[in-house]
This record gives sequence, structure tokens and C-alpha cells, in this order.
Amino acid sequence: MDLNDTPEQAAYREQVRAWLDQNVSHAPATRGRGDEEGAVEAHRAWQRKLAEGGYVGVTWPAEHGGQGKGPLHQVVINQEIARAGVPGILDAIGVGMLGPTIIAHGSDEQKQRYLAPMLHGDEVWCQLFSEPAAGSDLAGIQSRAKRQDDGSWRLSGQKVWTTNAHFAAYGLLLARTDPDAHKHKGLTMFIVPMDAEGVTIRPLRQISGEPEFNEVFFDDVRLDPGSEVGAVNGGWGVALTTLMFERLTIGAGSEGMGYRADRFAKAIADDPVAAKDPEVRARFGELAAELLALRFTGYRLLTAISRGQIPGPEAGMGKITAVNGAIAAGELIADVLGPDALKPETEWSYLISFLPGLKSAGGTEEILRNTVGERVLGLPPEPRLDKGIPFSELRAKERQEVRA
Amino acid sequence: MNFDLSDEQVLLREAARDAFGRVKTVEAAREALEGAALPDLWPTATQAGWAGLLIGEDHGGAGLSAIDAILVAAEAGRVLASVPLLGHLPATGIVNAGGFDAEVLGKLASGEQRAAYVAARPGDDVDPAWTVEPRSGKRRAPAPRIVIGGDGLATVNGEVAWVPDAPDADLLVVVGVEDGSGTPVAVAFGPGAKGVRVEADSAYDATRSLGHVTLSDACGRPVAASEDDLRRAWFLAHALIAAESLGAVEECLERSVAYAKERFTFGRAIGSYQAVKHALTEVLRRQENTRSLLYYAGWAYKDKPDEFATAASAARAAGGAALDFAARELISVHGGIGATWEHDAPLFFRRSQLSRRLLGGTGDAVDRLAGEMLKSAA
Repeated sequence: MDLNDTPEQAAYREQVRAWLDQNVSHAPATRGRGDEEGAVEAHRAWQRKLAEGGYVGVTWPAEHGGQGKGPLHQVVINQEIARAGVPGILDAIGVGMLGPTIIAHGSDEQKQRYLAPMLHGDEVWCQLFSEPAAGSDLAGIQSRAKRQDDGSWRLSGQKVWTTNAHFAAYGLLLARTDPDAHKHKGLTMFIVPMDAEGVTIRPLRQISGEPEFNEVFFDDVRLDPGSEVGAVNGGWGVALTTLMFERLTIGAGSEGMGYRADRFAKAIADDPVAAKDPEVRARFGELAAELLALRFTGYRLLTAISRGQIPGPEAGMGKITAVNGAIAAGELIADVLGPDALKPETEWSYLISFLPGLKSAGGTEEILRNTVGERVLGLPPEPRLDKGIPFSELRAKERQEVRA
Repeated sequence: MNFDLSDEQVLLREAARDAFGRVKTVEAAREALEGAALPDLWPTATQAGWAGLLIGEDHGGAGLSAIDAILVAAEAGRVLASVPLLGHLPATGIVNAGGFDAEVLGKLASGEQRAAYVAARPGDDVDPAWTVEPRSGKRRAPAPRIVIGGDGLATVNGEVAWVPDAPDADLLVVVGVEDGSGTPVAVAFGPGAKGVRVEADSAYDATRSLGHVTLSDACGRPVAASEDDLRRAWFLAHALIAAESLGAVEECLERSVAYAKERFTFGRAIGSYQAVKHALTEVLRRQENTRSLLYYAGWAYKDKPDEFATAASAARAAGGAALDFAARELISVHGGIGATWEHDAPLFFRRSQLSRRLLGGTGDAVDRLAGEMLKSAA
């Protein structure tokens, strides 16, 4: 067991650190990344700077502008960026998940056209998967793309929880292309220009009052022939690739979620009475054990990743630990500080408001537990009523049940 | 970055599993409740080399570290083996650090002699006093008082209750405080030392041998271990209880999952119900969290001593809660039969109920973790 770098990693860390030291003056402030035009442009310029230094998409193959390095190099960059107190890249979703999906399934033309501008932040991407009626059960999406005689597509539907949509140039979108096939079989992945006619983006305000997500509407949007990524009606496999990279991104960043016990300890230790109060200590000790476990489980995960293993569904348990540990921390800190902690300008108010939504992000806690129970523990699956019937019939059946 | 076991450590774990697998320890745990004698697992421990795990190679030990002790303790916990390592290992850690008499170290390493750690809890940010387990009640008892005479021998007075593996130990390593200076000191008492009385006792979990140690002008030999060494011993004991808990949790989970797959109600395997599935994933979550914290403790013991108190306390907090949860869940999944003498589930439940109350208790580890983290944040 050794948490130290290998000599090669240490040398790389040194290099990243030196680069950041030299370029720190170009970095925008970490907080305050709202939707103001200026802030987005500042973060875009910062991503471009990082990309020029060779620190964006380091795990991408060199032929696509990456460095062909392993995920631990990405971890070193994440750690050094956190240490320097500068923001990460603007388009973590594109570079971390959507770009790798295009590399895996896209056509040569798509790779030529889209990857370089994505890497440099010139074109930001968003992920258009979830819908109001399809989140954890992603294959239940209803957005519909119909092929036209000239090979183009017409797209209609609604997506939701779309981070960065309001300044994204493109989105990777999962749509139903064959409603008469089984729900997983009739899906196709598309590249959608966000400025196309018929695309409407509306911000969704969260509990905090800040709009962190968007809902995106597609009203008979025309997509050029060749917009599909991977095979027509092969979209589910493409989506699984994206979700695999999502786990990898979260795994590599598990230290960086910011839910660290020592951060929360500081807020309590400032009040010497609270720091010696048995009830506060009992509550803090419980959550500190959870969050320390999260950190060291993260190191186990990184070790596995560095050996070329892809995190399995059990990695999702980390999110459950993180969210519930942080919820307990937010509650405790607000109990110690009193109503002041809930003023909008405090980090605690933001944390408390953010976590209830995070509990469902990337799959609800309940669905994650189903998946882990079935795939990791090998427990028998939930009874399912959606197997072996065409999606169109399934929808009719659902509507009928609601009426009954 | 490599936060995984080495090949040698994996082999050590497998060997421990094999060694315990040759004895019917769970059956023995049940029979012991009816008064039967427990199998003597000390020969198993000595043959495997665990007696000298924390003793240097120059004294015939293996010169290994906390992580190795943790792996063995987890395998013992998995099968409720009544092997007296919880008492022996922290005690040998102290005498080894204190460069004790080579002959004694050799005997402890070979297992010819067995030691027991008569623990004192180090003071913390709220109360700096070193304290020991009281016979009953919430208030902790003062650590034994030690006077070192001109002859270099120590005279010790005090009482320490509920000491794991104290009955029939050959060497008691008692942690107390020196009269006047208040400095913590360890004193070793060999077989038949005058003024030392050990009253054997047990409670609820028959696999745990416990003793109440009374020292009345007892004369022993001081061990030249530092205050840090004595703190380390306390937290090592916490890590070992946590490790035993991890093994027991793994066994509880395996048995629960197996039963949830084969037991049917309303035409479905009960493991297909979310209520059951989610509870079992919660056992898994707590199990893996405990494992990560035990790795942390094992790593910190050697490479980051400043964090060992934090790491071991966190491991015990998580491991204790994990076993409480897993043992109850094992009973629940099995339904009524799980709460009867017919089934093994009560044996794991008994283990959890006693473990959470030993050596300060799980709650003390939670408080210590908070104290350590708040102290470094202040």
C-alpha cells in the first residue's frame, strides 16, 4: 500500500504543477460561474489555455488531440488543479464522457469535425439523455426522430437536467427511432446543433434559486443525414459507453467532489463550545467516518482504474455515501451556526440546497441499490413488466393502468 | 498510487482463512453457550506465526505490521474464532517497541507465552486523563497508578474491568500512569506475579474470554515504551475489533444473500423485493466502507502515524455500526428462525452486542474520531 506517486507520476505532477504556477494568472475565479456571458468566456479561455498546455483530454488518443495517457494522469491533473485553487475545464461533460463516446462510436468525419473544437472549449457540448418521464429508466425515453426520404431526420421531444445547454454548441442526444421495437432496441444516438431551428432552451431553477440545469425542447428539428452516432437503432449500446465513461470520470474525481470531513470539521471547530458538545461530536464522528471511507474507497477505485479495470456498478455506492454524508454535514453545520448558515451567500446554504437534487442525479439512490443488489450481490431482479413487448404497446399499457 | 493488498498480504489472508477453516469454530461458539469448552486456537495461531506478527525478526517474530494483523483478525471474526489475538497483539506491540527482555520477546513470538493487553484509553481534547474500563456504568475509571522504585521495578495499584483474553495469559501488559508525573507507563507482569488477580468473566458472547484485573501493590517490570507506543496500542486494539467486525459482516452478508435467493414468498425470491435488496446493499456499503478504513488504518500505522488514531477510530466506528446492522439484517432476512437457537444468526448477533461495548465501545471511537478531526481543524 502506497499513496505516493510512482517516479513517473511524480515527474508528471511536477510538470503539471509548474505549468499551473506559470499560468495561474490566466485562471478565472472558481465560484461565480453563472450564465453571464463574461464568466463563460473566461472559463472557455481557461480551457483553451489548459488544452494548449496538453492538459485537456489527456486520456484521449494522440490522433484526436489527446495525450494517450492513463486515467491516473487525469487524476494528477484534477488534484493539482484543486490544489492550485483554480477551476477545472468548462466542458468536463464533453471531454470526459461525450468525446470518448464519439471516439468509440463516431464516424471518421465526426471525429475530424467535432473533437478538436471540443477539446479546446471552442464548442461546448451537453448531454441530452434524461427526459421528464425517463431518468433512472433511461431506455424509456420518448423523444422521437423520424428518418426523411433524403436521409435527414426530424426530431421532436423534450430533454431535462441538461447542464451547460444554454451555452453549448452541440448536444449528444438519445432518441427513439423505432417505437415498434423493444424499448432498448429502437434507440439511436444523434449529434444535435443547439442553434438549430426548433430548439428551445429554458433554465430550470434549483432549490437554491440558481439555474444549474436546463430543459430543452425540440420541435420538429431537422438533423442532417449522418447525424447519428453509431448504428441506427444501436443507440442503447452507445449510451452505455457514455455511462461507463461517466463512472470513470466520477471515479477519477471521487476525491474532488469536495465532500471532505476535514472541510466540514473546520466549520464546527471554529465554535469551541460546539467542538466539545457530545451531541455535535457524536453526529460529526458518524459522518466523518462515512466521508473518510469515501475518500479511501476512492483510492481503492483509483488503484483498480490504474490497472485498467473499469469501475462496476458498485462504484455507485460512493455517491450514496457522499450525498448522505454531506447531507448530514450540512444539517449539523447549520444546527451549530444557526439560521445564518442559511443565508444565500454562505457555502452551507448552497450545499444544503444542492444535495436533495444530487441524490437523484446519475440514477436515484433506489435504482442504484437495485442495480448493485442485482449485479454485485447477484440477487434476483425486480419483476419487470416492460420486457419482450414493443415500446409503443408498453406506453399504451402504462396509460391504461393510469386510467384504471 | 497503490491502495490494495500486496500478493504476500493476500496469501496471508488466504492462509488464515484456511487455518480457521480446519476448526468448527461456529459450532464451537454455539456449544460454548451451553458451557462446553472452546477449542484452543492458540496452537493454530502460533503455527501460523501470528503470535510473533508484531515482534521483530531479530526476536523470532515476523516483523509485520498492523495491516497484516488486521487481515488475520478479519478472518478470525468471519468464523467467530476465539483466538486470543485481540489481547496478545497490542501487548506484543508495546513490549516490542519498548525493547523488552529478548528472552520474553522470543517466547511471545513463538507463542510459548501468551500476552494480554490491559488497556488504558489515552486522554483526548476534552479530558486529558488516561482512563480504563469500569466494571459498570458510563463513568470511566482512572488508569492504574504506578510507582517506579529505586530498584527499577514498578508497583501498581488499580482495577481494570472487561479485559479481553486476560484469563490464563502468561504476561499481562498493564498501561497505567505514573504517580505524580501522570506520565503513561506500561508494566509487564509475568506468570504468578504477586498482587495480580484476574477474575475470569464472560458476557453474552461465549467466544470472548474476558477478565477483570485487580492490581494490589503488584510488582512488575516497566516496559520502556513511549507514550506514543501506548497510544498506538489502544488504537491498534480498536482497529482489530473493527477487523473482526468486518469478517463477521462478510459472513452475515454471504449468508443473508444466499438465503434471500432461495427463500420464496408470494411466488418470488425474497431477494427480489426492494425492501430486502436495499437492506443487503446497505450491508455491502458498510462492509466496503469498513474495509477501506481498515486499509487506511493499516497504511497509517506504518506510513502516517499522526493519522493512526483518526483512521483506527473511523474504522471502529464504521465497523461497529456495520456489524450491528449486518447481524440484525441476517436475523431479519431469515425471519423467525433467525432469532432462534436453531440458527447461527444469534451467534453473530451476540458477537455484535458484546463487541460494541468493549474497550470504550463503538461510541467512544465515534467521539474520538470527531475529537481528532476537530482538533486538527481548529
